[in-house]
Amino acid sequence: MSMLDAKRLTTTPTAGTAARPDEHTRGKVPLGDRLVEIGSQAILILWSLIVLVPLLWMVMTSFKTDKEIFFSPWRLPASPQWENFTRAWQEARIGDFFLNSVIVTGGSVTLSLLVGSMLAYALGRYEFPGRRLIQLLFLVGLMFPVFLALVPLFFVARDLHLLNTLHGLVIIYSSFALPFTVFFLTGFFRSLPTELGEAAILDGASHYRVFFEIMLPLAKPGLAAAGIFIFLSHWNQFILPFILNSSPDKYVLAQGLAFLAIQQGYASDWSALFAGLTISMIPTIVVYAFFQRRIQQGMTAGALSAR
Amino acid sequence: MYGTFVLWPYTQALYVALTDWSGMTPTKTFIGFDNFTRLWDDAKFWSALKHNLQLLVLLPLTILPIALLFAALTTQKVGGLRGSGFYRFLFFAPEVMSAVVIGVLWSFVYHPSMGLLNGLLKTVGLDGLARPWLGSPQTVLWAIAGVIIWSGVGFFMILFMAGIQSIPTDFYEAATLDGAGRWRSFRDITFPLLRDQLQVAYVFIGIGALDMFALVQVMAEGGGPSRSADVVARYMYDTAFQQSRFGYATAIGVVLLALTLVLSLVTIRLTSRERVEY
Repeated sequence: MSMLDAKRLTTTPTAGTAARPDEHTRGKVPLGDRLVEIGSQAILILWSLIVLVPLLWMVMTSFKTDKEIFFSPWRLPASPQWENFTRAWQEARIGDFFLNSVIVTGGSVTLSLLVGSMLAYALGRYEFPGRRLIQLLFLVGLMFPVFLALVPLFFVARDLHLLNTLHGLVIIYSSFALPFTVFFLTGFFRSLPTELGEAAILDGASHYRVFFEIMLPLAKPGLAAAGIFIFLSHWNQFILPFILNSSPDKYVLAQGLAFLAIQQGYASDWSALFAGLTISMIPTIVVYAFFQRRIQQGMTAGALSAR
Repeated sequence: MYGTFVLWPYTQALYVALTDWSGMTPTKTFIGFDNFTRLWDDAKFWSALKHNLQLLVLLPLTILPIALLFAALTTQKVGGLRGSGFYRFLFFAPEVMSAVVIGVLWSFVYHPSMGLLNGLLKTVGLDGLARPWLGSPQTVLWAIAGVIIWSGVGFFMILFMAGIQSIPTDFYEAATLDGAGRWRSFRDITFPLLRDQLQVAYVFIGIGALDMFALVQVMAEGGGPSRSADVVARYMYDTAFQQSRFGYATAIGVVLLALTLVLSLVTIRLTSRERVEY
């Protein structure tokens, strides 16, 4: 008789009830389930390594000397080279590119939300002729590939003297973010109670005041959520600045890194490049760490509603 | 604002595609569909399109099963497998990184001498497999595809996880009572009820496979060795902004739009049946 059986024999009489042995077996996991769980964990841990190792390698490499990078890709740095980061920030001009990205993204998120919320409020709360047409035009902007617009867009921007300027990027980023912002916020404004606005209008408030002083504060959670998505997409934007902004002084971070990656091939200051990559990843990772659930839910739900 | 920078360019694009505009002249000569007939005989265009289509087949066939497997594994217990929160966080993380950062990082992973991948192969004694991944016409496109799989799996895993969690648990309980094992429950309950998610996922991966500009531009400048990783979007950029053939480039853009629309419509047509309500 095995140990397990002996245990069961001794517990059953003392427990005295029929429910007890049942409870006892529930604690034990059948062998098949254990194997499935171990197998699942093994697969998931393997993929975790595949995702994590290149990222950790990048951070580790950013602390090495160029010599160490070249001769031992896998070994830890002998001593962490913090000056890689200062060199990247100053000499490789990551600092300038970072600042440009902050200005452009900050400006475009603000402008997208301001214009987008006004449009969404009007489309969501008022019935007026041409409303459906406007919605349809926004849908076009949501579905068409940016690529198709690039050539004419380049000349429109040139004629308006918006090439190679940061404010030009702000305006154009915001224009392309409008369809998303409007669709995201229209639903949000529709869900707000109508009574407040109506009461304010009866009290003599203008539509303008109702929007800025009542509706906009109520819509804060929606604005915040939309803002996170716009931030991520604009911080990572590459194709628009690549086409519209060719002066190195105005480079945004993504452009600056692509440029450096090619440049460093000749100058071979690899360690500064790795430090630059690490720096550029920090803002998005921080935002992601804070808003993980909201970002995951929003992006996947957005994908489903786009069908 | 929207009209000037988005709608007006799109409208113009449809006209510019029918001209021989080089950008320098103020006048655009209308040449009808000449750009499109020229495109038909353009071997570089076909080669680029072939690469897009190869990715269009390969990427869904790899990303979807992997993402589906991970979603099923992490949701196999009520409340989730141990560590599923961590896996969710980590696998999705590449989604919030820029294509440029990912591209530059992976160019170094694939680097012939100081790269992570060749370093790993040499460490485990598989020196024979080490190669210049991005420098060889045979491997460059597949190396780039690997990066998309690496970064894309997490997003679709989360999409499927949400779908699985919205399936009522009594379905599974009933199936278990009827003697169905894990595989049968997955095949007969989970898989059919995830049809909407799979459809969306396919269209999204497809649209991505038809673009690919940023990664190819960063990882295979100029379309890679003997253009073996060129894609339509990059070829279009080259035609417009390097060769100033704006009319011709815009015609390529129109073809790209048509392909995107056809892909979405065909996928939705083929996979739509009656909706399942529960």
